[in-house]
Amino acid sequence: MANATEPRVDARTGTATTGHEWDGIAELNTPLPRWWLWTFYLTIVWSIGYWIVYPAWPGVTGFTQGAFGWHARSAVVDDLKELQAIRGPGEAKLAAAKLDEIEKNPELLAFARASGGAAFANNCAPCHGAGAQGAVGYPNLNDDDWLWGGSLDDIQQTITHGARWDADKATRSSLMPAFGRDGILKADEIANVAQYVRSLSGLPNETNANLAKGKELFATNCAVCHGDDGKGKQEVGAPNLTDKIWLYGSDTASIVNRINVGGGGQMPAWGGRLDPTTIKALTVYVHSLGGGK
Amino acid sequence: MASSTQSSSLWHKHAIFEKNSIILVIGIIVAIAWGGLVEIVPLFYLKSTIEKVDGVRPYTPLELAGYNIYVREGCYLCHSQMIRPLRDEVERYGHYSLAAESMYDHPFQWGSKRNGPDLARVGGKYSDDWHRDHLRNPRAVVPASIMPSYPWLEKTPLDSTHIGDQMKTLSVVGVPYTQEMIDSAEADLKAQGAGDGKAATALVKRYPKTVVRDLTAEKDGLTELDALVAYLQHLGTQVDFKLYDDKANIR
Repeated sequence: MANATEPRVDARTGTATTGHEWDGIAELNTPLPRWWLWTFYLTIVWSIGYWIVYPAWPGVTGFTQGAFGWHARSAVVDDLKELQAIRGPGEAKLAAAKLDEIEKNPELLAFARASGGAAFANNCAPCHGAGAQGAVGYPNLNDDDWLWGGSLDDIQQTITHGARWDADKATRSSLMPAFGRDGILKADEIANVAQYVRSLSGLPNETNANLAKGKELFATNCAVCHGDDGKGKQEVGAPNLTDKIWLYGSDTASIVNRINVGGGGQMPAWGGRLDPTTIKALTVYVHSLGGGK
Repeated sequence: MASSTQSSSLWHKHAIFEKNSIILVIGIIVAIAWGGLVEIVPLFYLKSTIEKVDGVRPYTPLELAGYNIYVREGCYLCHSQMIRPLRDEVERYGHYSLAAESMYDHPFQWGSKRNGPDLARVGGKYSDDWHRDHLRNPRAVVPASIMPSYPWLEKTPLDSTHIGDQMKTLSVVGVPYTQEMIDSAEADLKAQGAGDGKAATALVKRYPKTVVRDLTAEKDGLTELDALVAYLQHLGTQVDFKLYDDKANIR
């Protein structure tokens, strides 16, 4: 490695070399492009501006606060205030209106549906589906088949306190017994009840089914919640078994399994998570999906 | 852009570093030490960076076991646990995350990528059954989901033999597990999944606001899925934001 005292220039390219040479190969000392270099210097100058404007250097008891007192936590508070200024008037009207008045007032209804739709997509869609179509175990909200009632007040109550949500004292609660698991009914009895339940909505039965026995067992075990006619009771969240809408499936295996394990779906109580106005908007949104009573 | 080493200006003094490796090493150490001094050391003494928040407690043994599974399955690769103080995030996920809420996570699960939604406040947002259905096959409940299925979690018995050791280790790095908590780790873990009882009362006394579930009704013993669900249902539920003072840490 030669110690350069004179700048050496590579004959072929005309560029200065660093003076480092290995086996006759010299290292070119091509300068960085000017535009790149000045951009680099500019970023350094820019960072000094940042130190002045934003919180930056730590000290012994605190840190430099920045020239304008900007703080991430107060900035978001300001942003939310700005948002509230836009939404506030509409929300105030919504908060003041009674549930049934909202649906009669086109302007309020449009606001509630937009606000409720956004809240639904964020909070409800994972279980009830983006189009409120539901899934196995999660009710469809577009139809007029309601577990806990489809009036505005019922819907509001269900959203606020949830279903089988133990943390909320006012939650909708009832639990179908695990007839099979807990040994209340024997396997052949459950098979007969399942066949009878299928017959309630006109579904075909297996040829060896004893419907009379199934009916008898239904009357003594199931009718207290599902009703003598199997039409369900919304006070206890017992579904109507005579329609074509099935929460856990209508095939024999699904019905037998449900009788075996009992129970029921859980819905979180949204009262602690969402504010009352949002719940109101959600109530109107769900009610207006098609099945509202 | 030194094109010559002839100049003796300050600009060319770096040649000293480039030509003497020991001086270069010392220079590197000085530069890194300064960076550490400015960026890391203040975090240990500045009041605003070590905000104390009511309600934050260490994980129960079952939640800790769930946390381990969360880390093992790499959930953090697609889910963050960090609600930033930005309007759209606060609107969607709830109150922005506080440093204290992840102070007992080793390592923390803030994540940096959001293929899926943020999970910092997912606790209590959905039912246990939903989490089970969703982890078994996300498409069963969210048709458009791109999350992988984790069907083995409900089939794998939870190995809790080392949970006490892990708590002991965590206590060394500052998680306030007491000797009593460590000694009763396995009993607490089982109690949280076995519904009511004396053991559950003792558990809730040690870990306030713990949700105890009856998870063993239909099977023997707890599974990895049970632990993960207990962990997820706990996320973001420790601090009561009705009581938290938003302005406490704004100057």
